[in-house]
Amino acid sequence: MQGLNFVGAGLACLAMLGAAIGVGNIFASYLDGAMRNPSAAPAQFGNLIFGFAVTEALGIFGFAIALILIFAAPGA
Amino acid sequence: MMVSTDPMHQFKIGKLFDLKLGDLDISFTTSALWMVIGVLLLIGFLALATSKTSTVPGRMQSLAEIWYGFIAGIVKDVNHAPGKPFVPLVFSLFSFIFIANLIGMFPYFLTTTSHIVVTGFMALFTISLVIVVGVMKKGFGFLKIFVPSGVPFVLLLIVTPIEIISFLSRPISLGMRLFANMLGGHVALKVFAGFVPSLAVALGGIGMLMGGVLVMPLIVGVTALEFLVAFLQAYVFAMLTCVYLNDALGEAH
Repeated sequence: MQGLNFVGAGLACLAMLGAAIGVGNIFASYLDGAMRNPSAAPAQFGNLIFGFAVTEALGIFGFAIALILIFAAPGA
Repeated sequence: MMVSTDPMHQFKIGKLFDLKLGDLDISFTTSALWMVIGVLLLIGFLALATSKTSTVPGRMQSLAEIWYGFIAGIVKDVNHAPGKPFVPLVFSLFSFIFIANLIGMFPYFLTTTSHIVVTGFMALFTISLVIVVGVMKKGFGFLKIFVPSGVPFVLLLIVTPIEIISFLSRPISLGMRLFANMLGGHVALKVFAGFVPSLAVALGGIGMLMGGVLVMPLIVGVTALEFLVAFLQAYVFAMLTCVYLNDALGEAH
């Protein structure tokens, strides 16, 4: 059943899809707001990076699951 | 003919000399060597930049001032006045991660931050510090971070477990983020670079030319992106440290 671990690892990469949508949304919204009120934009840069980092973490959890499935699965 | 283009080979850690402490293997590794080099570079640069301070700063001094002012600015923005004692800590974390990431950008140099044992330890240290500072400042009141104020009791039954899980996942996500970004970026670089020998083997001289013309701009672009990531991840780590410290320092939310 070793092969199924790799199938699972591939499926775990679907987490990237969600993270990509989320990160894209964050930067799109930031640009949207920044274009409307450019003078307020620099003050929100920290919030932008914080939101980006927190969203990206969810994609990275998928990566962690892929790594566990390949290198440290109980059945492997 | 097979060309070995194993993208994981670059992360291999070798032992420089053996050391044993009882049953513990504390050998001096290449990873430790690169961390020592990074720290020495940092200390050397900052000592040189601040050796001859003047009111009108020279080039070196203003670089060091901008660098320090950047971190002090983050801490001031996020933590306000109570964060002041933690500026040196955040500055050290940022500088260490940044210099380690930059060293990793050079070919044949080891990226120490692409090993989870390094990043994971820094993340655990940060979260432990938050807990220690929080308990010292607020005692049992620190537990209030799990119980947001102004939430109806029925909702609290759901919100509190979520807050606890989110708190517990912080060290994991903090360490994993830096590790995964550095690992992923360097693997991508090596995979793209591996296109050149693969093309050359498949097509001979034309392949080598095509690899050079087509792949080289791609690698240059990805390398530029990696420099951005090297800075951004150090910045994110410093920023999240401040945000998490705010739980211990700031008002209950």
